[in-house]
Amino acid sequence: MARVKFQAVTKRFGGSTAVNGLDFEINDQEFLVLLGPSGCGKSTALRMLAGLDTPTEGEIIIGDEIVNDLDPKDRDIAMVFQSYALYPHMSVAANIEFPLKAQKIPKEERALRVKEAAEALGMSEYLDRKPGQLSGGQRQRVALARAIVRRPRVFLMDEPLSNLDAKLRVQTRAEIVELQRRLATTTVYVTHDQTEAMTMGNRIAVMCDGELQQIGAPMEVYDRPANVFVARFIGTPPMNVVQARVAAEGETVTIEAAGGTVALSPELGACVRSHGASAIQLGVRAEDLMFADTDGIPVEVSVVEALGHDRLIICRMADGQMLTVRQRSDAPFPDVGASVRVSAAAQAVHCFDAETGTRIDA
Amino acid sequence: MTDEFLPEGRAKQQWPIATPNGGGVEAAEPAAPTGELRRPKSKRVGPRTREALLAYALILPALIVFGIFVFWPFLRNIYLGMYRSPISGDGLGRYVGLDQYRTVLTSQQFFDSLIVTVKFWILTVPASIIFGIFLAVLGHRVLKGMGVYRTLFILSLATGVGVAGTIFFTLLDPNIGVVRSLGISLNPPALQSSTWALPSVAIFVIWLNVGLSFIVISAGLQNIPDDLFEAARVDGAKTLRRFFRITVPMLSPTLLFVFVVGSIFALIQSYPPIDVTTQGGPINATTTLPYLIIRTLRGTAPNQGKAAVLSVALFVVALVFTLIQLLVLERRVTYGSGSDDD
Repeated sequence: MARVKFQAVTKRFGGSTAVNGLDFEINDQEFLVLLGPSGCGKSTALRMLAGLDTPTEGEIIIGDEIVNDLDPKDRDIAMVFQSYALYPHMSVAANIEFPLKAQKIPKEERALRVKEAAEALGMSEYLDRKPGQLSGGQRQRVALARAIVRRPRVFLMDEPLSNLDAKLRVQTRAEIVELQRRLATTTVYVTHDQTEAMTMGNRIAVMCDGELQQIGAPMEVYDRPANVFVARFIGTPPMNVVQARVAAEGETVTIEAAGGTVALSPELGACVRSHGASAIQLGVRAEDLMFADTDGIPVEVSVVEALGHDRLIICRMADGQMLTVRQRSDAPFPDVGASVRVSAAAQAVHCFDAETGTRIDA
Repeated sequence: MTDEFLPEGRAKQQWPIATPNGGGVEAAEPAAPTGELRRPKSKRVGPRTREALLAYALILPALIVFGIFVFWPFLRNIYLGMYRSPISGDGLGRYVGLDQYRTVLTSQQFFDSLIVTVKFWILTVPASIIFGIFLAVLGHRVLKGMGVYRTLFILSLATGVGVAGTIFFTLLDPNIGVVRSLGISLNPPALQSSTWALPSVAIFVIWLNVGLSFIVISAGLQNIPDDLFEAARVDGAKTLRRFFRITVPMLSPTLLFVFVVGSIFALIQSYPPIDVTTQGGPINATTTLPYLIIRTLRGTAPNQGKAAVLSVALFVVALVFTLIQLLVLERRVTYGSGSDDD
């Protein structure tokens, strides 16, 4: 069990910077998800924590040790790879046993621990098989068993679910969370799938272009995204973000976009006013948008997508920008081509700086 | 498939349209044959027969070439071994049946050459592979200038045996060679010593072969996913353990290939390197079976019949060696693991 800390960690490969000044802490027993699009540096961060890459600058701390110069084997960590990286020439039992052998653990204890780990993941029946004879989901379990058998201080998981089919992914997602809670081991989990991040992590660290964008509890990141990138990366469909102008009249501040206006809460209005810029980016989640008769932004319905429980109504604003409205399927919805207005409750509106994309906050 | 037998233009319209998935696959299985749906039978050969004919047609060119240059000479060679060549060396000679096989294969000369052949195999094959693995593992690391290094090690592949032999001969020369300048004085000189001649030729052959095993093993290494080595590192395996538990088992199919091919080379292609260095001497110390065959055929008293018998023997030796290797080693390739050691 251990805390993990990244202190101003930078990794450069030749001229390109993969990770830039990464600075955050993972609490003991916490499940932290590193989330970001491919190439954002999340895997590099994980590999540095594993000891497979060395930071160019900064320090990585596990427990109370600076591990920068420690070999992977001396870090007391276990890693689950995206490809599972099972040893194809070894049986399932030998795969799970491998880390114990390397640690020179006595034979009797090894046998006991392999049995335990295999039972924990329901792989007891398959101990004599080779990885090639297993399904993707079973291989994934062997990889997990190989990780837990070591009882490490930290689990590292690099997109472990990305090779599973959608149904199995949902099931395994819950199982990994359950396993982590039971073992109470600090876990760093890398994914590009925001649903995984939202459902699994105690906290999410969102990365983009090698930099940490925001770290926080899933709902905190969802409700108060730190910038446009986070706002659009988390949530399906992505948050609607449109270019808009600030129109201040006395005490009230409203936002104008494509011939329509959206009202702000007094607190947010004050912030936008003190921010000073006349142009901002306006963000509203699809489920917070609703159709209105008189006020709001005029749009033309472009596409209607039925998702079963919900319906997405994709609309085009007069200036060509798109807005997506999400509502329950049983709610009435306009036909394709209809001219309607959409608006949002004042407390559901997010404002971001027009240039930097940073959140303008109340 | 069925479509191609239907009259063009009409066929597709006659299928029921608008299946739920709209895919062409569904369209090929009509729910209920409506109207004048028909399935014309091909009048000529069916698709299976056609496929088989095509297969034979594709094999044929190779079969002709092999037949002319391999199978026929091979059978003809067995037949030649039944004729005792005249002293003059001209003509087929006298038919003696298997008698010549008996005399040649029980002769001391054959037995000695067989021993030298096996020794030569033992000296060259394992060493070529071990050096090949060593260099390939070194060359697999990503370091500056690795391209130059890799090129250097495959240079021996691009060097003709004659050229290489001359270089080697010069190196070992007792008067001007590197060996002398290193302060090693061999008396008699290595290539003229009945003890050291064969090992010296073996070193030369290992040097010639290592380029090939380096390339093949390097290719094998490239095929092992990096993930496996990284997983092993995280799992706590040190360098040696990773080598013996991951690298070697993962390379086993490649190693089997290098071993079998290298063995065949060592057994049947030892003529050129021996010819350019020791010419089989001193006192037959380096006369391997292939060298004996060519000497019997081209030497001072050419003997076609005897050479034919020796060739058949060489074929059998190579065949038996290869079969043993495949039987013994292929099992290890499939099951080689670190599961129940210690």
